[in-house]
Amino acid sequence: MQRSDIQLDINGKTYSISVPSQRTLLEVLREDLGLTGTKEGCAEGECGVCTVLLDGLPVRSCLLLAVDVRGRKIMTIEGVSPKGDLHPLQKAFIEHGAIQCGFCTPGMILSAKAILDQNPFSGEEEIRVGLSGNLCRCTGYVKIFKAVQAAAQR
Amino acid sequence: MEYQYIGKSIPKVDSTQKVNGTAQYINDLSFPNMLWGKVLRSIYPHAEIVHIDKSKAERLPGVKAIITAQDIPDGRYGPFIKDEPVLARGKVRYIGEPVAAVAAIDRERAEEAIQLIEVEYDELPPVFDPLEAMKSDAPLIHEELSSYFCVFPAVQEGNICSHTTFVEGDVQKGFKEADLIVEETFKTHMHHQSYMEPSGAIAMVDPSGKIVIYSSTQAVFITQSRVAESLKIPMSKIRVIAPNIGGGFGGKIETNVQPICVALAQRTDFPVKIILTREEEFTAGRPRHPSILWGRLGVKKDGTFVAKEMINVFDTGAYADDGPGVAGFGSLMARGPYRVPHFKIEGYCVYTNKVKTGAFRGFGNPQTTFASESLIDMAAKELRIDPLEMRLKNALDPGDQSVGKQTLYSVGIKECLEKAAQAVGWKEKKGKNRGRGIASINHISGLLTVSALVRINEDGTIALQVGTMDIGQGSDTIMAQIVAEELKVPVEEINIISRDTDAAPYTWATSASRLTYTGGHAVRMAAIDAREQLLSLAAQQLDENKEDLIIENKRVFVKFSPDKGLTFHQLGAISCWVKGGQIIGKSSFMVEKPPFDRSGFSGFPFGTMTGYIFGAQAVEVEVDPETGKVKVIRGASAHDVGHAIHPQNVEGQIEGGFVQGLGYALSEEIVFDGGKVINPSFADYKIPIAPDIPPIDSIIVEAHDETGPYGAKGLGEPGLVGVAPAVANAISDAIGIRMKDLPITPEKIRDGLKGRQVTIPWKEIWRKNY
Repeated sequence: MQRSDIQLDINGKTYSISVPSQRTLLEVLREDLGLTGTKEGCAEGECGVCTVLLDGLPVRSCLLLAVDVRGRKIMTIEGVSPKGDLHPLQKAFIEHGAIQCGFCTPGMILSAKAILDQNPFSGEEEIRVGLSGNLCRCTGYVKIFKAVQAAAQR
Repeated sequence: MEYQYIGKSIPKVDSTQKVNGTAQYINDLSFPNMLWGKVLRSIYPHAEIVHIDKSKAERLPGVKAIITAQDIPDGRYGPFIKDEPVLARGKVRYIGEPVAAVAAIDRERAEEAIQLIEVEYDELPPVFDPLEAMKSDAPLIHEELSSYFCVFPAVQEGNICSHTTFVEGDVQKGFKEADLIVEETFKTHMHHQSYMEPSGAIAMVDPSGKIVIYSSTQAVFITQSRVAESLKIPMSKIRVIAPNIGGGFGGKIETNVQPICVALAQRTDFPVKIILTREEEFTAGRPRHPSILWGRLGVKKDGTFVAKEMINVFDTGAYADDGPGVAGFGSLMARGPYRVPHFKIEGYCVYTNKVKTGAFRGFGNPQTTFASESLIDMAAKELRIDPLEMRLKNALDPGDQSVGKQTLYSVGIKECLEKAAQAVGWKEKKGKNRGRGIASINHISGLLTVSALVRINEDGTIALQVGTMDIGQGSDTIMAQIVAEELKVPVEEINIISRDTDAAPYTWATSASRLTYTGGHAVRMAAIDAREQLLSLAAQQLDENKEDLIIENKRVFVKFSPDKGLTFHQLGAISCWVKGGQIIGKSSFMVEKPPFDRSGFSGFPFGTMTGYIFGAQAVEVEVDPETGKVKVIRGASAHDVGHAIHPQNVEGQIEGGFVQGLGYALSEEIVFDGGKVINPSFADYKIPIAPDIPPIDSIIVEAHDETGPYGAKGLGEPGLVGVAPAVANAISDAIGIRMKDLPITPEKIRDGLKGRQVTIPWKEIWRKNY
C-alpha cells in the first residue's frame, strides 16, 4: 500500500502525517487526528453530515482523498469557535431549537457558515439552496432556517 | 397556574456539546485493542443453509473470530413473538439476514474476511406479497411458528403471525342504517427511518466477566433484554450504555448488531465494534410496514358516521419484530377520533420474505389513518358536505369513549381541526389546480412503565436517575425541568443519568410518544417524594411544623420567619452524615388505568393504553397536470398536547414529524425487485431536503389532561400521522382524483388523470382464501 507523507492545514494548525493514498479526508480527521466532530452518515457523498470547509467552501470529506487536500485550508466544526466563545451561528442554533439529535449539526453549521461568509445578507431562498446538500431528519429544517437567518442579522 | 420552569423553552441541556462537535456518538468511541466486526448477509430471500465454510476466512491474517449460529446459544428474541435468531439458523428468510460475523483487526480485514466465507444455500420458493402469503398454499416462512414464545395470546395461522380484531355494536345493522356507503382499498409502502446516524454497537467483556455494551439505541433495557434472552446471559451480567444517539424514530428500539458484537467479544476477549453501513441500514434495518387496507364507511345523509369496517394487512417481512403491535395498534386507532356506533376493524400481521419491518413513528397509525381519512373525504364529496364540517360533526368530545370504552376527558380534536383548517385558509378562494385537504389524528402517550429516582447529593445538588432516553427530542431537558419545578433548583444543578442500565431504574423504550406523559409522571412523583422528605427533615431539624415550611432558591425556611431555614446543601449533608440517610425520592409507575373493556377485543397484543392525544393536519397543494408534480404550498399541523412543558421542543416534534410525513406521502419508498432492495442509498431513497420545505404552521392546542404531569400529554409520533391523507385529500380537491397508493408520485398522478389507476384485487384474493 502506497503511503505519502503530507501536511494538512486544519483549523489553522498544521498536522504532519503519513497516510495511504486511498485514505479519505474524513477517515484522517476522525481516526488519525481524533477530530470526531465531523461525522460519517453514508460514506458516499449523499447526506452532507461529513461537510467540512475547504478554502471556505463546503465539501464532502468522505469523497476527498487526504492526499488531494494538502496545502489547502480546512475548517472542521472544532475550528468554528475560538476557545470558549460560541460562533453566532452556534448560539443561534441553540437559541432557536435547531438541534435535536445533533448528528447533522456540525455539517449544517459549516455549510451555513459558508453561505453567510459569502453573503452576510443571505435571504431565505439562498439559505435553503445553500443547505440543500445537508440532510436533516429530525427538525424538518424549519428551526434551522430560523437560526441561520437570525445569525445573518447579527 | 404560574410555573417557574414548566412551559418555558429553556436551552436544551445537550445543545452546547452538539453544536461544538464534542458530543460523542457510538462511532466516536474507541477502546484499546478494539476489533472491527462485519456481518455476512444472505443473498437469497428464502433458502436452507446447507453448509458454511469458514476455513479460507479463518486463515486470513488479522481475523480473530468468525461465528455462525452453530457457535452461539439457540436463543430467539422479539418484542411480541420470539422468532428471530441472532444469526440465521437452518434457513434464511430475507436478503440481508445475518448468516455469519467476523471480528478482525481493522475494517478492511473484516470486509475481506466476509468475502472469503463460503455459504452453500438450497433455494426455497419465496413469497413477497402479503396477500399471496396469506393463502393456505403459500410457502411457509416460519414452520415452527406455533412453538415460538408469544408475550400475548396471538391468533395465528400459516404466515399470519397475529390477527387482532375490534368489534363494537353490529356492523351489518349499522350499514343497513347508512344512507351512503363508501368503500375502497388502499396501499402503503415501505418507509425507512433514515436517521442520520447509522446504528452500531461496541461490546466487551470486563475483567469481572460482565458484558458491557455501548449501543446507539432508543432503549438500553431492551438491548439488555435481547442480549440476555438470545445469548442466555443473566441481566445481572449485562450493562448497556448509550452515548448520544443520532436519531431513531423507532428504528433503534430493537437490536440489530448488539448480540453479534457480544458474541464476538466473548469469543475474542477484546472489544468489538460494528457500525452498519448506510446500505445495510436500507437493506437490513427495520423500516415501516407496507400495508394493504380495505375499508368501508357508512354515513347518514347529514354526515353522521354510523358504521365502519376495515381489514388492514401489514407486511411484517421475515420476522415479526414489532409487527403484531403495529397491526394491533394501527387497527385500534383506525376508528379515528370520532363517534362510530358500529365497527369491526381487523389487523393482520403477515410474514413475507423481505426485510423485517418494525417500529417507525406512528406504529401502524399512519397506514390506517391514510385509509380512514381518505374514506371520510370520499363520503363528504358524494354528500356534498364540507370535509371539515363532516369531521367536526362526528369528532369526539370530552366524556366520549375510546375504542375499548375508556372515558376520555382531555379531547382537543375540534380545536385542532378548526385551527389547522384556518391556518391553510380553508374558506378562501382556490387557484387553478389548487386544493386543500385535512386529516384528523388520534394516538396515545401512556404505555407501560417508567421508574425514577431523585437523590439529594451531599452538597444539595440533585441526581435524577431515569431510564428515559433522549434521542434528540429533548426528554432529558423536560425531565430536568420537572425536577427543577418541584424542587426549586436550577436545571444546571440536576445531574441527569438516563442512558445506563446500571445507573437508571427500569423503563421501557423511548417509544409510543410516551416520555412526557408516562416518564414525566414518574419523574414528577419521584421529585415530589424527595421534596416531602426534604421538608420532613427540615421540620425535624428546625423543630417546626412541616406545613409552615416553604422551598425557594434551594432553601427550606419558615414561611413567616424566613431567617429560620436550612439550605439544600445543609440538608444534603445532614442527611448523608447525621440523620436519616440520603434522601432518595422514588417512583415506579406502570400505566394500568383506565383498563380497556376487552369484550370486543381479540388478539390485541397490549395491556392498557391511555394519554390519548389528538391532532389535525391540513395542507394546500398545487398539482401540475402535465408533470404530475405536487407542490405543497403551505401546511398546518395542530396537536393537542395537554400542556406544552417546552413549547419549542413541541414545535420541533411537530415540524420534524410533518416533514417526515411529506416524505412518506410524496417521495420516499424502499423499492424491491423480488426480495432485493434496489435503492439502498440516499441517492435513490429521497428524503425531504431544505428547498422542499413549505411554510408550516405549528399549532399547539392544550386540552389539559388531569392525569398527565402539569396536564401534559405526548407528541413524538402524531406529527407524521395525518400528512399523507391530508395531501391525498388536497389532491382530490385540486384535480378530482383519489390517490389510493402511497407514495403519491408524479407518475401515479398522471396515471390517475388518464384514468389508468391500478385497482388492488382485494375482494378476489380474500374470497378465495377466507
